[in-house]
Amino acid sequence: MMGSLVRGLQNIGDSALRIIERIGAVVLFLGQILGHSAPSFRRFSLVIREMYYAGVQSLIIILVSGLFVGMVLGLQGFETLQSYGSSESVGVLVALSLMRELGPVVSALLFASRAGSAMTAEIGLMKATEQLSAMEMMAVNPLARVVAPRFWGGVFSLPLLAVLFGAMGIIGGFLVTVVMLGVDSGAFWSQMQAAVDFRHDVVNGMIKSLVFGVAVSAIATFEGFEAPPTAEGVSGATTRTVVSSSLAILALDLLLTAFMMKGWN
Amino acid sequence: MTGIAERPGTHQVEISDLNFGYGERPVLKGINLTVPKGGLVAIMGLSGCGKTTLLRLMGGQLQARQGSVRVAGQELNGMTEGQLYAMRRQVGMLFQFGALFTDLSVFDNVAFQMREHTSLSESMIRDLVLMKLNAVGLRGVQGLMPSELSGGMARRVALARATALDPSLILYDEPFTGLDPISLGVIGRLIRELNDALGATSVLVTHDVQESMKIVDYIYFVSDGVIIAQGTPEEIRTSHLPFVHQFVWGEADGPLPFHYPGLPLPRDFGLSAAGG
Repeated sequence: MMGSLVRGLQNIGDSALRIIERIGAVVLFLGQILGHSAPSFRRFSLVIREMYYAGVQSLIIILVSGLFVGMVLGLQGFETLQSYGSSESVGVLVALSLMRELGPVVSALLFASRAGSAMTAEIGLMKATEQLSAMEMMAVNPLARVVAPRFWGGVFSLPLLAVLFGAMGIIGGFLVTVVMLGVDSGAFWSQMQAAVDFRHDVVNGMIKSLVFGVAVSAIATFEGFEAPPTAEGVSGATTRTVVSSSLAILALDLLLTAFMMKGWN
Repeated sequence: MTGIAERPGTHQVEISDLNFGYGERPVLKGINLTVPKGGLVAIMGLSGCGKTTLLRLMGGQLQARQGSVRVAGQELNGMTEGQLYAMRRQVGMLFQFGALFTDLSVFDNVAFQMREHTSLSESMIRDLVLMKLNAVGLRGVQGLMPSELSGGMARRVALARATALDPSLILYDEPFTGLDPISLGVIGRLIRELNDALGATSVLVTHDVQESMKIVDYIYFVSDGVIIAQGTPEEIRTSHLPFVHQFVWGEADGPLPFHYPGLPLPRDFGLSAAGG
């Protein structure tokens, strides 16, 4: 009885240590990426190419999801606010929810599953097929040529995607509440304009998505780079990217929101 | 154990008393070998005997635990990352399955190093790439992607890429694996011709005895992490060492038994239990 309790505690401790070790490894890897980033900025076309793959190719999922999330927010908000007789404020609810939370968080979660997993799989397969070794033997550092451009492509893409997600969400909310449910268009937009603060809502939302972009891109490139060079290795790394990125996004969101709320008061 | 050429300063690769292992498991034990400038040397042995590891040590991708690995007179052990990358500009490597960059076209694969390491104009790069592809007979596939090439063609493109900057040392990791007889002959001939035309030195890791014996100058036989035999192809072909004889003539049984060690046959079939 006592023995199994101790073993259980040991297992929990082991898992906790492994998680901390993994976080440490990702942070060290991030440091290495930053140290090898100069070529990416000297040849910015490499980063632009990755922004196309990570950003432009994620547009459809981001825009469609943004529209639906905005529509649902509009519906739910209208339903609740109507019972208090303030259905005109639904624009404020939709905009604030999207700018502060849903825009950065949901777009980052979608980005992790769409672009992050692709990044991991691509780098992992390059490793498995010895492309990274070949690059090393050609005196080209894979961290500088393969990893850093993908990392920066992800970091620059996500805030832009989050802004588009928010804009589509507001359009979705507008379509449902104003066009379909008859909320006054003037009230919808003017209340939104009055309530949304550029510095505290829009900029803070962008800061959040920038941080999420760093986290997701670092995790995705790390998992790909460290993946065992086998089919199982790459598939496991891809799964870990989505799971770890999603948890990191939610944990960082809590942390950032807490700091930002302190700023609001 | 000595290599082919004995005069000092004439070796492109010099390895002495080399020991290497993965974790606790020793892979190479006290290796001594030399590759003379301009030579084409094969390292042969069974799969898993440590020959690819030896090649990676020559390319500086692995660091020896003990002993010395010198390429073009420079000691690789203890080199900084920058020094290693500088040394590798003189080295070309052909990987087992080519390792072409799958997101780049054939042309861009061959042009890769030229764009990374030189400031040549695009028109100059174009001429050089076409010359390299012409040398391997594949100028016509410059616009294709690696996924559109056959295994033999991919290996030839990789050969053009490995020689893009006219390296002084070319390393080949199992260049004959998985090729049809025609491609096999073509690759073998190209390895010899490129080595001589570029004035380079080549090290070939392979277990394809017949093909490599046609083209190489000297052979080292590795077994269980040590060099057990060496000599010219003719000396190896007529060797009386049981293992080398078995390997060269592809005999099923010999010092390396056909059966993997296991329980005695009657016991595995339960016959001894039934009998007793």
